[in-house]
Amino acid sequence: MGWARKILRVDLTSGSVKSEPLNMEWAQQYLGQRGLATKYLVEEIDPKVDPLSPANKMIMATGPLTGTAASTGGRYSIITKGPLTGAIACSNSGGYFGAELKMAGWDMVIFEGKSEKPVYLWIQDDVAELRDASHLWGKTTWETEELIKSSHQDPQIRVSSIGRAGENGVLYACVINDLHRAAGRSGVGAVMGAKNLKAVAVRGTVGVSGIRDFKAFMAATKAAKKVLADNAVTGQGLPKYGTQVLMNVINEMGALPTRNALDVQFEGARKISGEAMHEKRLTDGKANLVTNNACFGCTIACGRISQVDKTHWSVVNNPKYWGASGGLEYEAAWALGAAGGVDDLDALTVANMMCNEDGMDPITFGATVGAVMELYTMGVLTKEQIGTAAPFGSAEALLEITRMTAEGRGFGKELGLGSARLTAKYGHPELSMTVKSQEFPAYDPRGIQGMGLTYATSNRGACHLRSYTVASEVLGIPIKTDPLVTEGKPALVKAFQDATGAFDSSGTCIFTTFAWSLADLAPQLDAACEGGWTVERLAELGERIWNMERQFNLAAGFTAKDDDLPMRLKTEAAKTGPAKGLVSGIDKMIPEYYQVRGWNTAGVPEKETLERLGL
Amino acid sequence: MQKSLHIDPNKCTGCLQCEMACSYENYGQFNLAKSRIKVFSFEDAGRKVPYTCTQCAEAWCMNACPVEAIKIDAATGAKVVLESTCVGCKVCTIACPFGTINYVHDSGKVQKCDLCGGDPACAAACPTGAISYVDADWTGLEKMRQWAAKTDTQANAGA
Repeated sequence: MGWARKILRVDLTSGSVKSEPLNMEWAQQYLGQRGLATKYLVEEIDPKVDPLSPANKMIMATGPLTGTAASTGGRYSIITKGPLTGAIACSNSGGYFGAELKMAGWDMVIFEGKSEKPVYLWIQDDVAELRDASHLWGKTTWETEELIKSSHQDPQIRVSSIGRAGENGVLYACVINDLHRAAGRSGVGAVMGAKNLKAVAVRGTVGVSGIRDFKAFMAATKAAKKVLADNAVTGQGLPKYGTQVLMNVINEMGALPTRNALDVQFEGARKISGEAMHEKRLTDGKANLVTNNACFGCTIACGRISQVDKTHWSVVNNPKYWGASGGLEYEAAWALGAAGGVDDLDALTVANMMCNEDGMDPITFGATVGAVMELYTMGVLTKEQIGTAAPFGSAEALLEITRMTAEGRGFGKELGLGSARLTAKYGHPELSMTVKSQEFPAYDPRGIQGMGLTYATSNRGACHLRSYTVASEVLGIPIKTDPLVTEGKPALVKAFQDATGAFDSSGTCIFTTFAWSLADLAPQLDAACEGGWTVERLAELGERIWNMERQFNLAAGFTAKDDDLPMRLKTEAAKTGPAKGLVSGIDKMIPEYYQVRGWNTAGVPEKETLERLGL
Repeated sequence: MQKSLHIDPNKCTGCLQCEMACSYENYGQFNLAKSRIKVFSFEDAGRKVPYTCTQCAEAWCMNACPVEAIKIDAATGAKVVLESTCVGCKVCTIACPFGTINYVHDSGKVQKCDLCGGDPACAAACPTGAISYVDADWTGLEKMRQWAAKTDTQANAGA
């Protein structure tokens, strides 16, 4: 069995910490991580609960392949009801924390209630306890990690924590582990902050020994690693350029949402691209990129470690940012860059470091800055209100706004609510580039039609990671489809959504799917876990998870009208590039999508669909 | 021909596949705490460095052992701990200048890299070639080749 068969239940209100057996019947139905933790959540909370109230719960969950030699087998997810969206939230992170939790002997940790004072959870194998975190409150994630390691005198501890954004109620605060890996989206860090839980620190020496058939597992993982190594994307493109391999490609396709999606191409894209990160700066002769980096078990290594020019105006007086640190990945480079029209690579890198340091989702944050810049350009917001002039393209404004948002000071308080609430307050809700109040990322639905449907139907609000049809529409994986048409996209999106649900529940990374299909995942899972895990079972698992999440959202009050895109994408045509003249065809795709899903015209799963999936 | 583990930190991404391979080979489980090779992270410099026993010819651990529990594997040259002889006195851990022999409280003995009997699992598991198992007399061969490639003698050679 890949499972540790044990979960830790932490009642923050009473301070009690208890071990209980994993529900193995549910594990057979929902596997682990995203699927299994969502099952626990929907069974245990009222969908209408206020996400920031003690009645909401937060689950940190590993998958059966977490902590094993499977490539990328180090993932964990945080599942809760999200404060940015009010929908199900599930944010996935790499680094080393998830594997350490599993090696300490736990499949997941369920947090309930709210602590009276700031605390952190300390887990050392089977011993777990809540400890006072008063001295950590107000510290950044970087400081918190350092302080916990030094106070326990153990550099091998792994830490997952919130920064000041999570403490200050930034609705898109994330949870950071291992300095620069993030459970990034939907505000899971704000839930943690509302519970007065500053950090979780783990040291695991029990290891993972319950693999069903070790010999078969080693053979299956070896074969799957070869598939990754031999693939052009996972074997060459991602290690060399990271996800930033996409910046120039997507820009050329006319699908790079620019200046709050007023444009679909950014004239500064090349300057903030993966290629640019390799180029030597004129100032100090060094490249932005120091090296690539892997998360636990990952044989792709798409992570970026960057270092900015010490004499750059943004850091010249701030040595804290002079060292090597987590660099830009594509979504962050887009959000902090193109979404506000900023093309200063070092400034974006520093803004990204600040997002890591204080635990803020750069996608929602950067897109919110884009909306603020548009409001400023229109004269709706003034320099006095914001505290800085904020025209499109201003790197100075970006960094000042990043600081004030992380610290929860001045206008930063309003930025911390995200663009949906902010633009509504100032009378322009149409300028919020969101679905279910969550900002969409770096692919314009006018130039990549499938991504429009992906955003509109994502259960956690607009997101690229629920069905990354870019793989098919841009890269031709597994088959090339035309990005400019809507035909065939509903079925494509459903297939991607279902497969993604299985990967997200396994403990492996979704980036493997540039090379792997369920046929590569199944033998690894089957060797690790009892239950006969076939491709068909995994596809059905993904579909079951999708419908379970949908049911939760419907019960939380969402309806079919929430499966929609911002008006701008439906009425203002792309001005340049291959998609010139096109708007999103979302209205055509939704009815067909509901049909393909086995849902009625109101987007509610039919009885037969639920029965077929055992829901 | 004797072979050596050769480590090129510039190629290490920090994936820890080597640590999992080591713990699986020796303990039948994935457990970083039981790996005999460790990958160190120097965050500020963005460096990852795998480190393990280099199998000294005149091994401090072997010389320090009062019960002769560390023997040379004739085939590989590895200094191997005989668990049945080791009394867990830890003198070897003091003697080793590199810290690569360590006490295991579960067994009450010490452990160190034994080159897996000539087929080191860490090298086989490394996806980037940061850990390789090469001719012991020529661990520098790849570096020599790289420098050779940089020499600019072609025009003269052709003249």
